[in-house]
Amino acid sequence: MIKEFRLPDLGEGLTESEILSWKVAVGDTVTLNQVIAEVETAKAVVELPSPFAGVITALHEEPGSIVEVGKPIVSFEVADDGGASPSGAAPAGAATAAAGTAKREPNLVGYGAVVESSGRPARRARNFITPVVEPVRGSVVEPVMTETPVVEPVETEPVETLPVESLPVGTRPADTVERPRSTPPVRKLAKDLGVELAAVAGTGAGGLITREDVQNFVGGGELSAPVRHLSAVSDSVSAAGLGAQGGREVRTPIKGVRKFTAAAMVASAFTAPHATEFLTVDVTPTMDLLAKLKASRAFSGYKLTPLTLVAKAVLIALRRNPSLNSRWEEASQEIVQFNYVNLGIAAATPRGLTVPNIKDADTLSLLELSEALTGLTETARAGKTAPADLSGGTISITNIGVFGIDAGTPILNPGEAGILAMGAVRKMPWEFQGEVALRQVMTLSLSFDHRLVDGEQGSRFLADVGAILAEPGMVLTMV
Amino acid sequence: MSTDRNLIQLITPAGERISHPEFDPWVKDIGDEQLCSLYEDLTVIRRIDVEATALQRQGELGLWPPLLGQEAAQVGSGRALREDDFVFASYRENGVAYCRGVDLTDITRVWRGTASSGWDPYTVNMATPQIIIGAQTLHATGYAMGIQNDGADSVAVTYFGDGATSEGDVNEAMVFAASFQAPVVFFCSNNHWAISEPVRLQSHIQIADRATGFGIPSLRVDGNDVLAVMAATRVALDRARHGGGPTFIEAVTYRMGPHTTADDPTRYRDANELEDWAAKDPIQRVKALLERKGLLTGQVQQHVHDKAEAVAREIRSGCIGMPDPEPMDIFKHVYSAPNSWLDRQQDHYARYLASFGDPAGATSEEGAR
Repeated sequence: MIKEFRLPDLGEGLTESEILSWKVAVGDTVTLNQVIAEVETAKAVVELPSPFAGVITALHEEPGSIVEVGKPIVSFEVADDGGASPSGAAPAGAATAAAGTAKREPNLVGYGAVVESSGRPARRARNFITPVVEPVRGSVVEPVMTETPVVEPVETEPVETLPVESLPVGTRPADTVERPRSTPPVRKLAKDLGVELAAVAGTGAGGLITREDVQNFVGGGELSAPVRHLSAVSDSVSAAGLGAQGGREVRTPIKGVRKFTAAAMVASAFTAPHATEFLTVDVTPTMDLLAKLKASRAFSGYKLTPLTLVAKAVLIALRRNPSLNSRWEEASQEIVQFNYVNLGIAAATPRGLTVPNIKDADTLSLLELSEALTGLTETARAGKTAPADLSGGTISITNIGVFGIDAGTPILNPGEAGILAMGAVRKMPWEFQGEVALRQVMTLSLSFDHRLVDGEQGSRFLADVGAILAEPGMVLTMV
Repeated sequence: MSTDRNLIQLITPAGERISHPEFDPWVKDIGDEQLCSLYEDLTVIRRIDVEATALQRQGELGLWPPLLGQEAAQVGSGRALREDDFVFASYRENGVAYCRGVDLTDITRVWRGTASSGWDPYTVNMATPQIIIGAQTLHATGYAMGIQNDGADSVAVTYFGDGATSEGDVNEAMVFAASFQAPVVFFCSNNHWAISEPVRLQSHIQIADRATGFGIPSLRVDGNDVLAVMAATRVALDRARHGGGPTFIEAVTYRMGPHTTADDPTRYRDANELEDWAAKDPIQRVKALLERKGLLTGQVQQHVHDKAEAVAREIRSGCIGMPDPEPMDIFKHVYSAPNSWLDRQQDHYARYLASFGDPAGATSEEGAR
C-alpha cells in the first residue's frame, strides 16, 4: 500500500520548511529512520528520518522549494504491516485544518505571541481586486497606490469565527498611509544606505521589498540587474562553465553565504569611500628569513608562510599607524579607535568567502601567530568556523597571491578601516645594489576607508609594511 | 580532562580502569556482570534517545530534549538509587526515568502532547519532568524535609543543569537544604551549554564550588564515567541517609546534540568542541573497558543490540499507538477532590463543544494538533 509522509512541524510552531536536498531517489528501498532528506526550518537545518520501511514511489517537492507543514513530501510503497502510520499521514490530517474552521497556531513558551493568521503584519487589502479572495475583503476597493501592482498571493486566511475579531475592513480610514512592505533587516539596510523605502519597487511576494531591491536601487536600479546575474552565474562556473553541456545560461538562486557576502560588499562599497594604493617590494630578504626560520628548531613543526610574515609586518606597522585599525560609527557619530587588533584573514571555503579573525593578534608572538593562522584557515576550510570568530574584526588581509594574482582593489570588510591584499611572490628582474638582478618581488594593495584614513596615513602604513618586508631588520627601528 | 586535578575518574576515555583510593570502595561490588549491565543500560538509553529524536522529526512528538552524550551521568546516578529514594528531575533525565522503571510509552506521553504529565510519580518514586528551570530542586528539598519529619532514611535526589545553578530557585533550595541539613542530593549535569549560553559565562568558578558558598559539600566527577558517577552518588546518598545533610555533585559532561529538537547548536558552538567531547564518549569507554577485560563477547553484544532494538520498537509503537485525549480530559487532573469553580468551567466547555452539533467537534481539534 502507498503511504504518504507529510512535512511535520520540526520546531515549535513552525509553519514551513525548505527542502535542501533529497538523500533518496524514487525507486530506492529505505529502512525505518534512514535519512531521506535535509530540511531547513527557520530555526535549524535538520535531517528527516524515514517514518516507514519501504520503497520510495514519489518525491513531491524539488530541492529548494519551501513547503508548508502538513503537505505530503514523499510517498512510500510499504508492506501492509510495515511501519505504523504517522499521524501526519492520516487522511484527516492537515487537510481538515486548512479546510475551514479557525486554524489554531501552536504557540509554546519562549517563542512569542501567537502570530497573525497570515504570519505577516496586519494590513488592509490592496488597490486591486485579487482574482480569488474572501468576499469580506475583495469587496473593498481602495485608492490607487504607487506600488507595483503585484497580485497578492491568495492566502487561505480562514474567516475568523469569533465575531469580535472580524472587524469589517471598511472601518479603517481609507487615507491611512501604509508603510512599504519589507522586513526589519531590510528596513535597517535601507536606513543604513539612506534609501527611502517608499521609492523602491518591491519584487518579493506580494510586493515585498527585498534586500536585493534595496541594493539594486542603490546600485542604479535596472543597471545593476545584469551584474547580479553575472555574479550568480560566476558562482556556478565550476559546476557548469564554458563548454559544458546544458543550457546557454545557468541561473542559481542568490542565497546563503553568496547572498551575505554580496550584501556585505555592497554595504561596504557604498558606505565607505575606498582609496587603494599599491606598492611593489623586493621581498627576497623576507623569503630568506622565512627559509631560515623554517629550518630553525624553534619553528619545527609549525607552518610558516609568507602570509605569516606579512601578518606580523601589518601588526607592527599598525602600532605606528593606528588609524588603520579603527571604525567609523555612523550611528553614534564616533570614530572608534581599537587598542587591540582582531586580524581578519579572508578565506575561500566550501561555503564561499568568509573572513574569520584572530583575536588580539597584536599580543601574539610569531610562533603563536603562525599557529593561529594555521588553525584559522583549516577551521574555515572545513566550514567549522565558530560565529564568534567571524565578527569583531578590526583589519583584514587577503592573500590573492595564492591564486597567482599580483594586485587588486580589495573591498573593506564592513566596519573595518583597512584591508591589505598580498600578491604572488614572483621572480622578476629588479634593481639590486645598482644592477638588475633576478629578485623575489611582491605587490601589496591597500584599500582604506578614506573617511578615517587620509592618504598620508595610508601611505605611511603601506610604506612601513613594505619596509619590513624589504628588510625585516627594519623592525628594529619601529618597535 | 586529565589536567583536571579535582575531577573524580575511575575509567579513562580510553577505557582504562584507574584506581582511586577514596572512591574505589564505593563500587567494589560492581563486577563483570554489573559492568555489562551498565553497558546495556547506557546503550539502551542512547537508543531510546535516537528513536525519540526520529519520532519528533517524523511529526510524532512535538518536541524532544536529546540527552546524547549524557548517558553515563544518568545511568551512574540512577542505578545508585534505592527504590524508596525519590527523584525530582528536569526534562532531560529520560535515562534516569528508564533506570527508575518508568514505562517507555509514558516517557513520550507528555512530549506527544497527549497528557499534561506522563506517569504516576508514586509508582516509581520519580516526579514527572519539570520544564521550569530548577523549580524541581525546591520540591526535592521540601520532600527531603518531609523525610526528616518521617524519620526515614530515604533520600531526595534532584537533577538539573549548569544553567539552573544561576536560577533563584536552585539557590533557595540549597539555602534550605543546608539550613535544615535535609537529606537531598543536588545532582548537576554540567553539559556545558544552557541552550546557547556557555557555562564559562555563567560561572567564573567551577560549578561544584558554588555549593561551598552554601556550606554544602560538593564532588566534581567525570560525568562521562559511569562508574565514577555511581561512586560519587553513593557517597552522597550515604551521607544523606546517615544525617550528614545535602551534597552537591557536579557531573562534568557534554550535550552532544541540540538543546531540544527545535534548536540548532551549530549556530553558536564550535564543531571542534564537539570533536573533543566525542573522544570522551561515555559508552565507548565502557565498551573499551569490557574489551580489555575480554567481556565483550559476541553474545553480550548481540544481547545488548537486541534489547536496544526491542526497546526502540516498543517506544515507537507505544508512541504512535497512543490515543488522543478527549477534550474533557483536561479537567480530570486539576484537583483531587470536586471543585465547584472547575465544575462550572467544565460544564461551560461541554456546552461549547456540544454547540458544534456532533462529536466531530473533537475531530477538528485533532486535525489542528
